[in-house]
Amino acid sequence: MNDFLAARSQMALSLGFHIIYSCIGMVMPVFMAISHYKYIKTQNPVYKNVTQAWSKGVAIFFATGAVSGTMLSFELGLLWPKFMEHAGPIFGMPFSLEGVAFFIEAIALGFFLYGWNRFNKWFHWATGIVVGVSGILSGILVVSANSWMNSPSGFDFVNGQYININPIKAMFNGAWFSESLHMTIAAFSATGFAVAGIHALMIYRKQNIEFHSKAFRIAIAFGAIAAILQPLSGDISAKHAAKRQPAKLAAMEAYFHTQEYAPLVIGGVPDTVAKKVNYGIEVPGLLSFLVHDNFKQEVKGLDQIPAQDQPNVPVTHYAFQIMVGFGLMMMAVGILYLIAVWKKRGWLSKGWFLKLFIYSTPLGFIALEAGWTVTEVGRQPWIIQDVMRTADAVTPMPGIQYSFYLFSFIYFTLSLAVIFLLQRQIKMVPEIYDVKK
Amino acid sequence: MLTVVIIFLFFAILLYFLLGGADFGAGIIELFTSDSNKSRTRATMYQAIGPIWEANHMWLIIAVVILFVGFPDIYSTMCTYLHIPLLAMLMGIIARGTAFAFRNYDAIKGERTQALYNSIFVYSSFLTPLFLGIIAGSALSRHIDFSAKDFMTAYIYSWLNWFSITVGLFTVALCGFLAAIYLIGEASDEYDVKRFVKKAKVLNAVAFFCGGLVFLAAETNNIRLAHWIFGNPVSLTAVIAASISLVLLWISIARGGKQLPRIFAAFQVSMILLSVGYTHYPNFIMGKNDKNLSVLANHATAETIDSLGVALLIGSLFILPALFYLFYSFREKHGYEDFH
Repeated sequence: MNDFLAARSQMALSLGFHIIYSCIGMVMPVFMAISHYKYIKTQNPVYKNVTQAWSKGVAIFFATGAVSGTMLSFELGLLWPKFMEHAGPIFGMPFSLEGVAFFIEAIALGFFLYGWNRFNKWFHWATGIVVGVSGILSGILVVSANSWMNSPSGFDFVNGQYININPIKAMFNGAWFSESLHMTIAAFSATGFAVAGIHALMIYRKQNIEFHSKAFRIAIAFGAIAAILQPLSGDISAKHAAKRQPAKLAAMEAYFHTQEYAPLVIGGVPDTVAKKVNYGIEVPGLLSFLVHDNFKQEVKGLDQIPAQDQPNVPVTHYAFQIMVGFGLMMMAVGILYLIAVWKKRGWLSKGWFLKLFIYSTPLGFIALEAGWTVTEVGRQPWIIQDVMRTADAVTPMPGIQYSFYLFSFIYFTLSLAVIFLLQRQIKMVPEIYDVKK
Repeated sequence: MLTVVIIFLFFAILLYFLLGGADFGAGIIELFTSDSNKSRTRATMYQAIGPIWEANHMWLIIAVVILFVGFPDIYSTMCTYLHIPLLAMLMGIIARGTAFAFRNYDAIKGERTQALYNSIFVYSSFLTPLFLGIIAGSALSRHIDFSAKDFMTAYIYSWLNWFSITVGLFTVALCGFLAAIYLIGEASDEYDVKRFVKKAKVLNAVAFFCGGLVFLAAETNNIRLAHWIFGNPVSLTAVIAASISLVLLWISIARGGKQLPRIFAAFQVSMILLSVGYTHYPNFIMGKNDKNLSVLANHATAETIDSLGVALLIGSLFILPALFYLFYSFREKHGYEDFH
């Protein structure tokens, strides 16, 4: 494995894990605060139990998210020193604000976790809200730093020099809104479905039904609504990609030849040598419509992009298909849930209905990882779109593969540990939270 | 605005050293506690740092962000030449942070799993400040060679030298000392107070010894440490102030003080950092052949520094009162509902 590939793999691995920890860490506090609110309003102890059980999950994920985030703030420099040397001052604004938001989140979490029966109940509740809000803000800020890499702005690049730096403009770059929106909704739908799925499994097994039903309902309400809204935000993102990163859009769609009435290819196996997609379903004109809102207008294909500036087409295309496919499945399940709530309350306790959510548990996170792959692989070979190549940013230090092996070991161990701990939390629910006792 | 950013940078480093350091120290003390007393130490420590512990480590993130936004040359140089000790420190941070959370939030308190979390926690509490010290020592040791051609010179000898290693050990001893002083005030009975006072005495002696080693190593590595510290009035005054505060600290402990020794200990460590920091200011990295990187010369453009300064000022309006209230609220450590 060469150093460049090792560095890219290590970064992909670190972000791939961090994204899970941080999404859960920013969305769970919101669920927790809702349940806490219901407890304060109804004084039903089940809600207090759900709140406390979730808060332990939040603590575990916050701790892992915090350390993996600390690692990333160093890895950016350890692996891509040339990138950080130039990019740091330009896209640093969201990072500095993120540092502030993260700090406030840590303080608020201290208040919340240790504040039971110590503070005014509404103050205590509000600290939980602060955890959630600052977590979501942190997420938005970090994503806006990433969107700067996709849509660099706030500086002029003249003769290899970065001049006229404007950090505020860089933060509010062209892609910040669409990317942050897409990521935040994704975090809610993925976490909502994952949490709901676990509680659905427990209801299915007839364990602590009241506890798990209350938890399920809070989580799936967010998951379902987010999953239904997500295609709209995806549409905004795709239009942005078409405008700013035509190579990424073309790779997502495995769209080789520039043409009018551009077709949308669903599925299929891209053949980069013959420049065509085998076994795909072509819907004529649909890509033109999605990008330009009319069926005729030309869409820029890979043939107009020099080969050395193209991302890996099959990886980007497959990742995009997975994201969209699973996203649509979640949307369908979400709609069924809303139908059940409004019209068919009987479904809610049916085995088949619960199974639907049990099987949907991992869908959101798979879609999320696939979407992240689309963003990152689709931007290649650039680390800053059209300004700096990833290969030019990598550290001069050799032997990065050993660092990659080490990180792989750590992240896999860490994930196994988190799964192990969550399993034990869930296993202990009857012991700790059974109200009848 | 550059001054504001520099002040924030040094304060973030100082606060991380004091608060994060005391945190590391608690683990170091646990490492050197006899088995019979381990669970008592652990209980005191958990009561002491539970609510505030995540916040203590945020200072590192603030310092790193200030470095990579405001002083990108310094950040990327450290990341390149000190890659390996930084990596080691990160391993320590990740192991320590997760082990601490896991041992508190594992729903089933099994003997073997708890023992595993504990040993990961205590060893990483030792290793993390060791490498932090090595990194700090290396930044000033003139061993970073910007024109290095081979792997060993560029990436190994930049930090693997006696000076950096002794600074690492000194850092570990200081962290342990800070924690011992902090825990005296947290102990719930006389027996524990005595134990922590004894630990503080031992660690104070160890810190002295390690300090001596740093001087010896400096001689071996041709670093004019004595000149750094005694060569200018400010550093000299700071060292004298540190020594006086150490004497006052022990007098106050002898009289049964709890808060006062903490203030003296924090003051003493701040003075040591001030003494070293002042001599080198504005240099942040001192490399081979007098190639230095300074916070006054190697900073980002004015627009970036201005916006960073504003972000930090606005941020501290939120952070500082909240942090103060957090410390204030949990000053009485006993009696909050522990629902684990």
